Amino acid sequence: MTSQGDILRMQEITKTFPGVRALQDVNLSVRRGEIHAICGENGAGKSTLMKVLSGVYPHGSYEGEISFDGQECRFAGIRDSEQRGIVIIHQELALCPQLSIAENIFLGNERSRRGLIDWNRTNHEAQTLLDRVGLPENPVTTVSDIGVGKQQLVEIAKALSKEVRLLILDEPTAALNDEDSAHLLDLLRGLRAEGITCVIISHKLNEIAAIADRVTILRDGRSIETLDMDADDVTEDRIISGMVGRDLEHRYPPHEPSIGEEAFRIEDWTVHSPVQRDRVVVSNAALSVRHGEIVGLAGLMGAGRTELAMSVFGRSYGVDVSGRVYRDGKQVEIRNVRDAIGHGIAYATEDRKRYGLNLIEDIKRNISAADLGRLARRGWVDDNEEYRVAEGYRHDMNIKAPSVLSVTGKLSGGNQQKVVLSKWIFTDADVLILDEPTRGIDVGAKYEIYSIINRLADSGKAVLVISSELPELLGLCDRIYTMSAGHITGELPRHEATQERLMTLMTTLTTKDATR
Amino acid sequence: MSSVSPAAAPPTPAGPPSTGPARTTVFGVSLNIRQSGIYIAFALIVVLFTILTEGALLQPQNISNIIVQNSYILILSIGMILIIIAGHIDLSVGSVVAVTGAIAAVLMVDYGIPWPVALVLTLIAGGLIGAWQGFWIAYFGIPAFIVTLAGMLLFRALTLTVLGNQGIGPFPDPVRTLSNGFTDGYFGNIGLGVLGGADIFSLLVGVLVVGGMALSQWRTRTARLGYRQAVDPLPVFLLKIVTAAAVIMFVVVQLARFRNLPWVLVLLAVLVLAYSLVTTRAVFGRQVYAIGGNLQAAVLSGIKVKQVVFWIFVNMGVLAALAGVIFAGRLNQAGPTAGNAFELDAIAAAFIGGAAVQGGVGKVVGAITGGLIMGVINNGMSLIGSPSERVMLVKGVVLLAAVAFDVWAKRRAAR
Repeated sequence: MTSQGDILRMQEITKTFPGVRALQDVNLSVRRGEIHAICGENGAGKSTLMKVLSGVYPHGSYEGEISFDGQECRFAGIRDSEQRGIVIIHQELALCPQLSIAENIFLGNERSRRGLIDWNRTNHEAQTLLDRVGLPENPVTTVSDIGVGKQQLVEIAKALSKEVRLLILDEPTAALNDEDSAHLLDLLRGLRAEGITCVIISHKLNEIAAIADRVTILRDGRSIETLDMDADDVTEDRIISGMVGRDLEHRYPPHEPSIGEEAFRIEDWTVHSPVQRDRVVVSNAALSVRHGEIVGLAGLMGAGRTELAMSVFGRSYGVDVSGRVYRDGKQVEIRNVRDAIGHGIAYATEDRKRYGLNLIEDIKRNISAADLGRLARRGWVDDNEEYRVAEGYRHDMNIKAPSVLSVTGKLSGGNQQKVVLSKWIFTDADVLILDEPTRGIDVGAKYEIYSIINRLADSGKAVLVISSELPELLGLCDRIYTMSAGHITGELPRHEATQERLMTLMTTLTTKDATR
Repeated sequence: MSSVSPAAAPPTPAGPPSTGPARTTVFGVSLNIRQSGIYIAFALIVVLFTILTEGALLQPQNISNIIVQNSYILILSIGMILIIIAGHIDLSVGSVVAVTGAIAAVLMVDYGIPWPVALVLTLIAGGLIGAWQGFWIAYFGIPAFIVTLAGMLLFRALTLTVLGNQGIGPFPDPVRTLSNGFTDGYFGNIGLGVLGGADIFSLLVGVLVVGGMALSQWRTRTARLGYRQAVDPLPVFLLKIVTAAAVIMFVVVQLARFRNLPWVLVLLAVLVLAYSLVTTRAVFGRQVYAIGGNLQAAVLSGIKVKQVVFWIFVNMGVLAALAGVIFAGRLNQAGPTAGNAFELDAIAAAFIGGAAVQGGVGKVVGAITGGLIMGVINNGMSLIGSPSERVMLVKGVVLLAAVAFDVWAKRRAAR
C-alpha cells in the first residue's frame, strides 16, 4: 500500500509499556485530504497510536517509522509535531475554562508584539477562526460560559490557528448531543473540502459510516485491516466483525452457577451529568442481579456504565439522580455511601489508584477501611484482630506481599486489585459491583481474579461486572446487559451472547430519546 | 507480517512483579530512616548544644525552662498534626490563643467567675471557634487556608475589641500554677549523692511512668506475637525501652533537683498519651489518615469525610483555647499581641516532625519532637548569645532541611 497520495505513513509501530505491549507492528497510511477513521475496542491501542504520532511518546520510546509528507519524523514532543501541522484534539478537552475563547485559541501561540499581547489582533483573528468553524460567539466570552459542543469547536479553531494539515480528533462527539455532533461532522466535511486531512477516532459507527473515506481497524494492539468505505461497500456490521474477530486468548476457570432469588434491582434509573446538568448520562436504566449470579454490563467508553454504578453506590456520581433500587425485593433508600454499604452493596472502582486505595498505607489498613467499625469496640480499633483478618485475606486471595504491613503503592496491579476486592468482601456485601476488575493486570492474575469472582457467586453473592473486554464478559458472566449512550440497549443470556451481537447492541444509538 | 524488530522476542514478563525480600528490606530500612530520622536529629541537636553551651543546656533549671516556655506551642502542634494529616492547615491558632486568653481573663478577672468554671467556658468558646471554621471548611467547601487566614484576622480583631489596647490581669493563682508552677514536694527530698537533693514525689512519678511504658510496650509485643506478627527482636526491643527509660529518668531527675515537675509537663504528658492513642487506635484517628491519604477513596469507603474534618477543627479550637489560657496564665495577663505567629511555630513543628505536605502521614510524638527541636534551638542559641535574626535563620534552614529530607526519602523509597 504505497500510494502517491499518502500524507502520513506509520510503519511497523511497536510500543511497549512495562509488562504490556500496547502496539505491535501497526501500520497506518492516510491519504491527503481524506477523513480517515480508526476503530477498535477500548484498549485496542487507538489512543496510544495517536500519542506516538503526535510526539507525546517521543521518538525512541517506540519502534517503527513515521513519515509525514514524505519526510521521516522524529518528534521529541508535541511541539515538534505541531510545527509540522499535526494537531491532536484529545477526548478530554484541554481548554482553560476561566480564559476567554480568544485566549484559549492562541494559548502557547500568542499574538504578540515585543513581548506584549496584541489584543486587537488576537480577538480579530479569533473572530475569523470562529466564523470558519461556524461558532457564533464573541471571542472574549469565557470558555466556561459556553457548552461542551461549542468548546469542541473552539478546540478545532485552536487547531486551525496552528495551520493544521493533519487534524486528529479523539472521540470528538462522545460528550456531544446529536445536534452538536451533526454540526461537528458538517464542519469536518468542510475542512476536507479545504484540503485538511482528518483522522477521527470514534466509537459511533454510524458517524464513521456517514463521514469517513476509509477506516483502519485496530484490535489488541495490531492493525487488522484498512477498508475503503465506498469501494469495499463497508457496513457497520463489517466494521464490528473486524473489531471483535479474534480468538478467545484468555482462559476462564470453569464455573457452574447456582442462581437464587433476585438480590438487586434498579428501575427507571436516570442520572444527569454534574458538569452539564441538562445532559442525561444514564437514561431510564433498569437491571437486576440474582444471588449467585454473575451479570455483565458491556458498553463502550462514554456509554454510562461507571456513571450508572457510581450513582447507585450512594450517589457518588451525578446530579438529579432518580429511580428506584430494590434489595432482596424490597425498595431501599440510598442517599450516601454509608447507606449503600449498609444495604450490602459494594463498588470496586475502575481506577483503583485514584479512587480505590490509600497508596501510602499498608494492606491491612486498606482492607479494613470500608468497615473499620467492625474491628472496633466503642471507637477503639483492635489492631491485632485487624492484622489477623487482613492476614486471612492475604492468604485466601493470594496477595503476593511479604506481609499485610506492606504499602499498597508498591504492589503490582493484580495484587492491588486483590486488596480492593478484599476490602469490599470484608464489608460483607451481598451485591458486588466490580468496575473493570481486570484492567491493567496481567493474564495470570486475571485468571485468579476470575476464580475469586466465581467463588463469590458460589457463596451466594450477586456480582455485577462492568468490563470493556467482551471475551471476559462472555467467559465469566451468566447474563450480559449492554449499554449505549446512557441506555440499556439489550440483555442476553450467556448462551445467546456473541461478541458480534454484543458489539451491535453496544453501538446502536437506537433508542430514540423519548424525553426529547 | 513478521516482526523486524530484534527486541520483539521476549514475551510478557513471567509472573507478576513480586515484592521480593531484598527490595522490601531496602524499603524497610529507608522507611525506618524516614520514621526515626527525626529522633536521631533531635538527639544530635541536643548533643550539639550541650557542647556549645558547655553543659548549660541540660542544667535542671534550663530543662524546666525549655518545657515551660514551649508548652503552648507543643499543645498547638498536637491539634495541628491532626489537621495536617487530614491534608488541611490552620493559620488562625495564634489569634485563637489570643482571643481565648482574653475570654478567660474577662471571665476570671472582670466577672470573677470561679476559675474551673471559667476554664471550661473558655474551652467551649475555643470549640465554638473551631466549629465556626470547621463549618466553612467541611460543609461549605472553602479551602482551610482561606478560612483560617480569615480567622486569623477575625479573632485578632475580636481580641483587640475585647481588650482595647491593654492587657487584663492578674490571673487567679491556680491558673498561674498550671502555666508556671510545679508539683509540691509531697514526700520530701532524698539525697542523690553528688547530684544533691531531689524531690521524692517527682522521682516516683518518673519511675511509674517508665514502668507503665515498659509494661504496656511489653504487653503490646506479647499480644502481637500471639497473632504471629513480626516484632522487633528482643535485644532491639530492650534497647529501645532502656533508651526511652534513660531519657525520661534523666529529665525527671534533673527536674526533681530543681523545683519538681512543672504542671504543664503533666498536662502535656496526658495529652500526648491520649492523642497518640486516638491517632493510632481509634476509628476516628484512622479515618483522619484515610482522608489525608486518598480523599476520593475515603469517600467511596463510606467515611463521613465532612464530619471528620469538622471535628478536627473543633478539636484544634479547644486545644488552642487551652494553650491560650496557659499562655495568658504564664504572663499573668491576657494581652492584645498574645499568640503572634504561634501558628507558624505549630505548623513548623508538625512538618519538622515528619508530617507530609500532601497529608496522610504524621505522628503526635513526631510533632512534639519537632516542637522540641525548635525549642532547643531557640534556647540553646540564646544561651550562647546568638542574636535573634540568627535564631530565625537556623530555624528556617532546619524546617527546609526536614521537609527536603522527607521528600528525598519518599522519592528514594518509590524507586
